[in-house]
Amino acid sequence: MTSTGPGTEPPIALRMTGVSKRFGPVRALRDVSVEFRAGEVTALMGENGAGKSTLLKVLIGALPIDEGTVELDGRPVTFADPTASRAAGVRVVAQEPEIIPHVSVAENIFVGALPARRRLFRKGELVAKATELIVRYGFGQVLHPETVGSRLTPAQRQLVEILRALTDQPRVIAFDEPTSSLSDGEVELLFTLIRRLREQGVAVIYVSHRLKEVFALGDRIAVLRDGAHVGTRPVAGTSERSASGTSMVTEAELIRMMVGRDLSSLYHDEVPRPTPGDVVLDVAGVSSADVHDISFQVRAGEIVGLAGLIGAGRSELVRALIGAEPITGGSVTFQGNVRRFHSPKDAVRAGIGLAPEERKAEALFMQRSVRENTATAIYDRIRRFRVINRKAERATVATFLERLRVRTPGMEYPVSNLSGGNQQKVVLARWLARNPALLILDEPTRGVDVGAKSEIYAIIHELAATGIAILMVSSELPEVLGLADRIIVMQNGRITGELARAEATEEGVLALAMADDLSDLVVGLQTETSGAAT
Amino acid sequence: MSDPDTVTDTGATTSPDTATSSDTATGAQSSGAGPAAPRPGVEGTEAPAGTPAGDRNHVARVLGVLTNADRVQNLILLAVIVIIAAFVTSRQPAFLTWGNLSIAVTGTIILFGLTGLVELLVIIVGGLDISVGSIVGLSSVVGALVWTHTGQNGGLAVLSALLIGLLCGLANGLLIIYGRVNPFIATLATLAAFKGIGQVLSDGGAIGSGFASNAIFIFIQRGSVAGLPTQLFILVIVALALAFLLLYTDIGRNVYAIGGNPTAARLAGVNINRYVLAVYLVVGFVAAIAGVILMARQGFGQQTGSVDGLELKAVTVAALGGASLRGGRGGVLGAALAIVLLGFLENGMNVLNINTFWQNVAQGTLLLIAVIAQQRRRKERAIGIPD
Repeated sequence: MTSTGPGTEPPIALRMTGVSKRFGPVRALRDVSVEFRAGEVTALMGENGAGKSTLLKVLIGALPIDEGTVELDGRPVTFADPTASRAAGVRVVAQEPEIIPHVSVAENIFVGALPARRRLFRKGELVAKATELIVRYGFGQVLHPETVGSRLTPAQRQLVEILRALTDQPRVIAFDEPTSSLSDGEVELLFTLIRRLREQGVAVIYVSHRLKEVFALGDRIAVLRDGAHVGTRPVAGTSERSASGTSMVTEAELIRMMVGRDLSSLYHDEVPRPTPGDVVLDVAGVSSADVHDISFQVRAGEIVGLAGLIGAGRSELVRALIGAEPITGGSVTFQGNVRRFHSPKDAVRAGIGLAPEERKAEALFMQRSVRENTATAIYDRIRRFRVINRKAERATVATFLERLRVRTPGMEYPVSNLSGGNQQKVVLARWLARNPALLILDEPTRGVDVGAKSEIYAIIHELAATGIAILMVSSELPEVLGLADRIIVMQNGRITGELARAEATEEGVLALAMADDLSDLVVGLQTETSGAAT
Repeated sequence: MSDPDTVTDTGATTSPDTATSSDTATGAQSSGAGPAAPRPGVEGTEAPAGTPAGDRNHVARVLGVLTNADRVQNLILLAVIVIIAAFVTSRQPAFLTWGNLSIAVTGTIILFGLTGLVELLVIIVGGLDISVGSIVGLSSVVGALVWTHTGQNGGLAVLSALLIGLLCGLANGLLIIYGRVNPFIATLATLAAFKGIGQVLSDGGAIGSGFASNAIFIFIQRGSVAGLPTQLFILVIVALALAFLLLYTDIGRNVYAIGGNPTAARLAGVNINRYVLAVYLVVGFVAAIAGVILMARQGFGQQTGSVDGLELKAVTVAALGGASLRGGRGGVLGAALAIVLLGFLENGMNVLNINTFWQNVAQGTLLLIAVIAQQRRRKERAIGIPD
């Protein structure tokens, strides 16, 4: 819009009019009319299940539209499949990109359009093209064209997916929650890229749950609720477009638009925090393949946050603590006894539960029912001579589904039918039913909408109040700051500091998380303070 | 023979299939946009047990039987069984008689029945065992050798055969778990190895004689338990035991869990190695029971003949029964129907004097039709190699 000057609205690149989509009795999209302008970032928000993903899918032709029309640059279009939309210049960057594990980044980027002469594959040209593309978009420092797909971090996988989309100069590009697996530095990089796309006149659709990002990046925010378009509002402070007269949207207003209600406090700060009890977990000098010399304690009823950038070793640490990966040094004292867990089974029996980072890949049995997914960890308590007491099973499952307010049509429905937030609640219910002494939560609200997030925060508080010690890994700083009593910060497999709730700020945590990138002096100071704290 | 099994199976698993389940599944799989919020019309279909909604539950259950993909497959199997039975009986009224069917059971049904049932188990847990045929042969050879060298001691012969089966299962399990060999490759190797050992021991021929004079083997071949021929009784007991294990015990739940998502099962506290090893031991043991029956039936132990191609029939039974090679799916009811179907097919064609080569054609065609029908129901998109 910089080229068009103040006052004039940039042209509409993509317009959807009266689009509806049904899945059986479920109306996923109801009469959605929405516009996406060239040279603007339109953020698309809404709770999980509001229809965002469906909208993107019908946009690229992955799903047929029941009713309504789509216009690209003023011409009506119907895409038979994603290949057709791709040819027309409409791309979606998937949230969890499909990366071919055994081939290079360059081949992954150009898959389907490898440079070749008479079907002879030309590797030199491919690498040159890939390098050019990577450098042009400023990823030279973080992505090498000849790295093999299986060795990429989640962030790099995301970058490959983005570069794929950029190979054929798209008119419209949609990002589906691109930052859920990125660290803050990587997010900044992505934002720079998106701003560059905007300057080039690309219409950017940005789906995200993170208010901060949406306000930092979006020119407009379109909100979906229950499959309907609630409204599109300009974002304050990004430019002089306030001249148009439409009122600027605020965070509170946006949340109200999404959930149809006010969220007084997302983090339930008003709940009084109990004084922590005895030490439940005492980790002393623990090392594994990925982490080194880790020492900290978690007390009963305490919420300890484990912060750091992606790749800091937090998930590796918790996996080592529950025996999923071998511990090579140091000692773990659990409830007063020195323990060495050789498998997660030992840890579960001892009274530790882990709700892992990747809900679908590591926690849920997608084909099985909500009931079985909830009861998974308590079979040894509700069986008699190996036969499961089904009455007890149903009763227990019903109790915890109700307590966690899991929204499901019934406990016999496949867990794959639930939304992300409710799936996460099922995982929490599984551990609640077991009533562990220590509950480890790895990214408990990843891919969860604002409403469910608030509920999950309330659940975490409730659990701590009953005396469960909670160790929470999270990459969302506001979440760690809002929930944790103490925050432990890690970088490169080591603890770089520990902060009490009162003294913790986003800046302070980030400084510790990036300690290595700061001067040696600062690092020296911080190691000292962390040593003193533990 | 599948009657008692039918009761347990449906009684325990129909509850997930309420009338709307297929609709909901379609909606949510394709978008995630679907049924997060409770919808008024749907609740109550799975009310807690013992509520007045019982009648509606029953209706929903019946409808569920008709809509669920796995159950559709079972209905298809049942329909094909009826068609075959009707067709063969119209040509040869003696087909549907107790006498003929007992012969069919003591013929080949017992072999692919037993191995098919345990193949189902190993496929549900996410593995595969194509060495079952070789285990059947090897255990019969070893059993017959012990029989011959212990002065025709029936008990020792049976025990040694069963022991060999367990050892074979142990070898498979250890290779897969600690050798980190893919189950298909591992059991492809042991298929050849076990077969080779059996051929070396038997010098490629039939081992032993005089089984017909031993009480144990007479009982296995011609005796009866609870009104059923011994072999049919064994088959029914194995099927019922497996169904009970899968549906009512934590072991069964964990087997499905491991097959569906091994990482999640491990993090939830399941000792995966122990389960996988146990499953392969069960496969070896049940295959050895089939080996003992083989000894009783043909009067000698042999590494070739009836056991050739048995592994493929076993996988056929599991696949017809709704098992997915990705693991985590399948049930005993389907496998039992598949056994009946293959048995009817084979015996029916024998009764009608149709060339046995056509049996292979018919069996292959049937498997394809059943599996394609199942995949169409699941509405998978036709792209590339399916999972």
